[in-house]
Amino acid sequence: MLKKLARWSRIKSPWILHLNSGACNACDIEIVAALTPRFDVERFGILLKATPRHADVLVASGPVTRQMRDRIIRIYEQTPDPKFVIAVGACAMSGCVYRGAYNILGGLDQVIPVNMYVPGCPARPDAIVDGVVKLLGKL
Amino acid sequence: MKFQIPIGPQHPALKEPISLRMTVEGEVIVDADIRLGYNHRGVEKVAEEKNWTQNLYLSERICGICSHSHSTCYVQGVEKLMDIAPPPRGMYIRYLVSELERVHSHLLWLGVAGHEAGFDSFFMYTWRDREVVMDLLEMITGNRVHYAINAVGGVRRDLDDLQKAKVLEGVKILRERSVYYFRIGASEPSFVARIAGVGVLPLEKAVALCAVGPTARASGWARDVRKEDPYAVYGELEFDVPTADTCDVLGRVVVRVKELLESYKLIEQMIHKLPEGPIAAKVPRKAKPGEVVSRYEAPRGENLHYIKSNGTDKPERLKVRAPTLANYPATVEMLRSGFIADIPLIFAAIDPCICCAERAVVLTSARSGEESIVRLGDLRRQALERHQKAPLKRNAVWPF
Ligand code: SF4
Repeated sequence: MLKKLARWSRIKSPWILHLNSGACNACDIEIVAALTPRFDVERFGILLKATPRHADVLVASGPVTRQMRDRIIRIYEQTPDPKFVIAVGACAMSGCVYRGAYNILGGLDQVIPVNMYVPGCPARPDAIVDGVVKLLGKL
Repeated sequence: MKFQIPIGPQHPALKEPISLRMTVEGEVIVDADIRLGYNHRGVEKVAEEKNWTQNLYLSERICGICSHSHSTCYVQGVEKLMDIAPPPRGMYIRYLVSELERVHSHLLWLGVAGHEAGFDSFFMYTWRDREVVMDLLEMITGNRVHYAINAVGGVRRDLDDLQKAKVLEGVKILRERSVYYFRIGASEPSFVARIAGVGVLPLEKAVALCAVGPTARASGWARDVRKEDPYAVYGELEFDVPTADTCDVLGRVVVRVKELLESYKLIEQMIHKLPEGPIAAKVPRKAKPGEVVSRYEAPRGENLHYIKSNGTDKPERLKVRAPTLANYPATVEMLRSGFIADIPLIFAAIDPCICCAERAVVLTSARSGEESIVRLGDLRRQALERHQKAPLKRNAVWPF
């Protein structure tokens, strides 16, 4: 019973944390654009949270720079279970144009497990909304 | 009693990873230290392995918000190196996209400033209107953020009459909206009270610390590359450089709203004056050996690219000096003697674009003037050694 309730509330209102791991900013502004009136993910109950301790879903962009690596792992560990990770953009998937640069690891899945990939450089807000909704459908 | 407060790299007030160390005394900031490097990807090194055309797309991805400014700055330099002049129609389209990008960037910033000042409905308003210009950009170039409209020697896509009409229509809506924001700002006393007198940067300090862009203009220093050193089409167009003399965040808001109005003027002029003809010139694959410095007025200030060619189809060196980097010293000055609660507002007011500013720096020894480049492995070894040699602090007490 309690489990059912928890699952229901998780699907109805997932809280997200936006994590930038060295992205070029374009994916980030598209994530923020998804929160604003035109796309408005809040109608699915999705709220942007300030701290990983309140978040259910990490929405991460960027190719993971060496400096950010440990911080990302720490943030991932601070997020309470069950947690989900959405990698937004070609960078978070594979490194995009920076692939081969000395200071990047080339993709989010090199450091933390990823549940959903949203392709695009940058991913469109509609694609990001679609990704989040598809993830909710899987729960 | 002095305390150090670390802010970042992941912090709700910052959209990008950067670390600020604030030394505070009570509520007042005594000193600020900005630590970079979390977003350093090594773009300049990657550029050396790609050819002139591929680098166009790489330079665009230095920064997502002012992507067109980086690629235009780069392409201007390459065209100078190759000694080619793009056809006028291509130029007009290129700088039309520039101005549209400035509009999108300033609207974005206005929203963020409103958000940091606790005026969230303003944030939602400006971001809603920003979608108008995003649609125009998507119509002209095919993408919302990385437009990829530039090609070496011109642009990739032409503009037809229907599109021209749509741009004019969009600009009309945006102008109405911007004037409305201007009035909101003036008639909303709590908003004005929140931003007035915060983050003061007097004119002489702005000049001494080499501030650029709207930050400098809000301190009453009319610096604008488009006016001082008119490149490409700007010599033929009419516009003003708005300034403010309040030297605070309020001034920076006013300057940016006025700049929006100037950009609308520029866009309309460009559409009306758009010449006929081809949009791109044919270009050689290789550039002559040489070096060039290219300047461009990005939404955040003067952008500078240095390109060195050795006669092959790849650059030997690409150096990027983004406007945010030039504004950091001024930011530290603004933060000093401010309050903790003002940190996000002051920091947001320079419109920081951290991914732009994350470039490697060569250290020069102050005593001998010797330059040194340190390898990552060596740096790590030095750090370990220093750590081992450092005297162990005994009897250290927990300060609380
Ligand atoms: S995927 Fe593209 S747009 Fe997104 S952060 Fe990477 S380079 Fe920027």
